[in-house]
Amino acid sequence: MKPPFQRLIDDHSAAVKRFLTASVGPTEAEDCFQETFIAALRAYPGLKRTDNLRGWLLTIARNKAIDHFRVTKRVSVGAVPELPHHDPPAIDPALIQAVASLPEKQRSAVALRYVTDLPFKDVADIMGCSPEAARRSVHEGIKKLREVWGS
Amino acid sequence: MNMKKTIEEELRNMNAPAPDITALLDRAMTEDLVDVAYATVDSPVGQLLAASTPKGLVTLAYTEGRIEDVLERLSERVSPRIMEAPERIDTVRRQLDQYFEGVRKDFDLDIDWSLSSGFARKILRATARIPYGKLLTYRDVARKAGNEWASRAAGNALGSNSIPIIVPCHRVIRTGGGLGGYTGGLSKKEFLLDLEGALEV
Repeated sequence: MKPPFQRLIDDHSAAVKRFLTASVGPTEAEDCFQETFIAALRAYPGLKRTDNLRGWLLTIARNKAIDHFRVTKRVSVGAVPELPHHDPPAIDPALIQAVASLPEKQRSAVALRYVTDLPFKDVADIMGCSPEAARRSVHEGIKKLREVWGS
Repeated sequence: MNMKKTIEEELRNMNAPAPDITALLDRAMTEDLVDVAYATVDSPVGQLLAASTPKGLVTLAYTEGRIEDVLERLSERVSPRIMEAPERIDTVRRQLDQYFEGVRKDFDLDIDWSLSSGFARKILRATARIPYGKLLTYRDVARKAGNEWASRAAGNALGSNSIPIIVPCHRVIRTGGGLGGYTGGLSKKEFLLDLEGALEV
């Protein structure tokens, strides 16, 4: 039985939005989010495996983030002050910039591992690589982040 | 102890604004990507879940607190592209409110009959034409559907009615005056017939 699509929204939309916010910055994340879920809706009836729907959605989200970078080649943190007042303004622009400075594989791996809190095995599934390769990407990404962000 | 938070912690605690689900629903609707739109409706006979396809109302279910079960059935039998869309259910909600206030005697809604087929669909269509406050027997309905000896089949068809209240299976009773059964529970059938003044002798 395929879960009703609304359940995917209820269960996974926050995680997808977090991943995208880390990947492309808060300004562009909403657009990528919309693209991700519209693409998912289109593909859902034909989807064969439903055992890891969060992974499936994040795979689409990662592709949307890659598309986004191909077009803009940068992240924008400019719109943070435009958020509604009740949202905690806890997105550190310097951190977003630092993550954006990473190569795509490291950026996605770090975001999946820490921002969406997935184990290496799931990170690897989403990125289509081995768990070892995922671990390496995360490790290298974090190392670089310490250099850039910590200074 | 390190005063400075680690970068891992910083990433874990990163805040992201909530996604705009209303915008997503609008766009999904515009691009015809929502096959089933649903919302819950409160009523004197308990919470209902109304679901519509582009063809019309396909389900009105007594949720009995089990919304997920209703949605899973719709996912299996209609389409998994199901989204909560209260605005799409506004007309149904308004007409139900009027019905329960006693000011509406006929529903004016498009119906999607795709959850029934064959003789069962004939029974349900015949049932949909029973006027407000009027009672028919299972045999009457079977006759109207073309086979007066099929009252048992008629009972089964009514038991599988996916649009109760609006397809008024509560107006069908036993020959001899017994109320017969009701999927939502007999007290609901009694309530609806009482509301319609059908129980007064």
